[in-house]
Amino acid sequence: MKKRIIRIAAASLVFAAAFFMGEGAGILRLILFVAAYIAAGYDVLYKAARNISHGQVFDENFLMTIATVGAFFVGEYPEGAAVMLFYQVGEIFQDYAVERSRRSISALTELRPEYVNLKTDEGIKRCDPCDVTVGDVMVIMPGERVPLDGEVTEGAGALDTSALTGEAVPREVHKGSEILSGCVNLGGAITARVTKEYYDSTAARILELVEEAVEKKAHHERFITRFSRVYTPAVVTGALILAILPPLIIPGHPFSEWIYRALLFLVVSCPCALVISVPLGFFCGIGGASRQGVLVKGGNYLEALARADTFAFDKTGTLTKGSFEVKEIHEAALSSDEILRLSAHGECFSNHPAAVSIKAAYGGKIDESLVSDMKELSGMGVSACVAGTRVILGNFALMEKHGITPERAVGRGTAVYVAADGEYAGYILLADEIKPGAAETVAALKRAGARLTVMLTGDVCASAEETAAAAGIDRVYAELLPEDKVRLVEQLKAAEEKGRVVYAGDGINDAPVLACADVGVAMGALGSDAAIEAADIVIMDDNPLRILDAVRTARRTMGIVKGNVAFSLIVKGAVLILGALGLANMWEAVFADVGVAVIAILNSMRALNVGR
Amino acid sequence: MKRAFRLVGLDCANCAAKMEHAISKLDGVEDVSISFMTTKMTLTTGDGAMDAVLAEAEKIIKRVDPDVVIKRA
Repeated sequence: MKKRIIRIAAASLVFAAAFFMGEGAGILRLILFVAAYIAAGYDVLYKAARNISHGQVFDENFLMTIATVGAFFVGEYPEGAAVMLFYQVGEIFQDYAVERSRRSISALTELRPEYVNLKTDEGIKRCDPCDVTVGDVMVIMPGERVPLDGEVTEGAGALDTSALTGEAVPREVHKGSEILSGCVNLGGAITARVTKEYYDSTAARILELVEEAVEKKAHHERFITRFSRVYTPAVVTGALILAILPPLIIPGHPFSEWIYRALLFLVVSCPCALVISVPLGFFCGIGGASRQGVLVKGGNYLEALARADTFAFDKTGTLTKGSFEVKEIHEAALSSDEILRLSAHGECFSNHPAAVSIKAAYGGKIDESLVSDMKELSGMGVSACVAGTRVILGNFALMEKHGITPERAVGRGTAVYVAADGEYAGYILLADEIKPGAAETVAALKRAGARLTVMLTGDVCASAEETAAAAGIDRVYAELLPEDKVRLVEQLKAAEEKGRVVYAGDGINDAPVLACADVGVAMGALGSDAAIEAADIVIMDDNPLRILDAVRTARRTMGIVKGNVAFSLIVKGAVLILGALGLANMWEAVFADVGVAVIAILNSMRALNVGR
Repeated sequence: MKRAFRLVGLDCANCAAKMEHAISKLDGVEDVSISFMTTKMTLTTGDGAMDAVLAEAEKIIKRVDPDVVIKRA
């Protein structure tokens, strides 16, 4: 690269010297131009000769060679040399831009672990991640990246998950926590047991996904490839006709004039600007999205997402947190503080979602020594002795079983009935909570042109409608079985004319729906293989705002790609027309070739910069 | 059968498109994708056809751009 730059710079100096000599210098000037030309383009000449011997007629080196050599023959020395120089400068720019974007995507490969600190009997040993098996024990030093998925056995601290999720807030981990490869250890040394081998680990799977994304080419990419196959032969044929026919037909027109016009055609005959910038645009769009914690499995999905105007959501875990929260405490024999205190103690050893939410609502210190004789009554509730009081917590059936007849709970959500010493004390109403950002996402999607927002859920109508109202969803379908969801998504698709249907779910039990929608988005998929498999777009954390980010990135990318296509075609078309009419010169043709390519590439690279 | 290769030295997007088109027409090729950006070729062939297809594909690649070296990925 450096050598090439020096070479081109030297050629430019020789060219400039010749250019400013003026016509008077005669043969010396011609020699300098030829010298500059050869210095700048000998590799192009070499490749042209080599490739034409392989039968590559429409090879860009070959066409560029004919164009420039032709310019010398019709007496346009400065232009012949200049076209080669500019072509090479453009190529350097192109290579640089391509190299840069390749590198910024492979920044992702930082995720790829280089070694594992394996804990062995002889102490800590560095070894290849591929050689580590499940059950081995690894040590992650401060500042190191977690090499393989595992479970913490010793140590605690915080992990930076931003490489995986785009989320800046560190995640706390302690003994027993699952840790995912790709996260960076921000605290002290952590010892963990390996739970997944290298190829099944999160980091390896993400890398594989991003690499494979380029295989699924977007329609625009395919169109450009098809177009370029026709474009070059058509323009070259046009050049031939232009060089031969008019001078024969129109009297008084010299061949040299028309050959010059034909040479312009050859300079513009490479579809490079399109062939590079369109795939690069998608590539950068996918790369940009992955920086936000959104994995897009192919350019075609970015394309579909940009055209989406129906957004269907699953409820639990997608729009709602999927965890319970105490909404209301109904007092009977005891005060609500008492009910909460007894319940929190009674549930102190349970990690059922309901128990967790009750303990969170209590907030006070739980004295486990007060609790004895705790029994978990599977599917019904718990019973325990709290400071001498026999507490029973659970559903209606559990109360009846103990001969207690509570009042029926009113209101939405799940009721946990509480009895103390055989007497009904009251009930706690638990409800799932809408995610922060859910309403904002729906509203922003509508502003961005979403025609219809739908909620598809297996939950009961009342609670579904409440969530839908809170999130601002247009239409609700509740009490659905998975196959009903598929049927409804099919109906939504049938109702579309040009738009696309997006379905966002948590990916755990809606794989068929994810597959059926035009774009299936799996939320909170970090660590869930099934979801990553089934979805077209994978959102690593469970923030609904990422759906919005993904849509924005998709639209921006499509805008950039379409802009590039239009810009390249218009400039090339204009130069071809002006060239045929004798109104354009080599300089404009070179601009239409490499100039347009460089501008389009730089424009494509903007797709990488996604707003946060 | 699906295999991935690196095309080391692939530096022309139009060449990548030409190679892809020509390889896709070979007998036994079910799918082929060449990405200029990742310099990766993914080749899917019918059972047992991989070696023969690969030899043909290599010829095509060398014809379009002799500087490209094919490596197993």
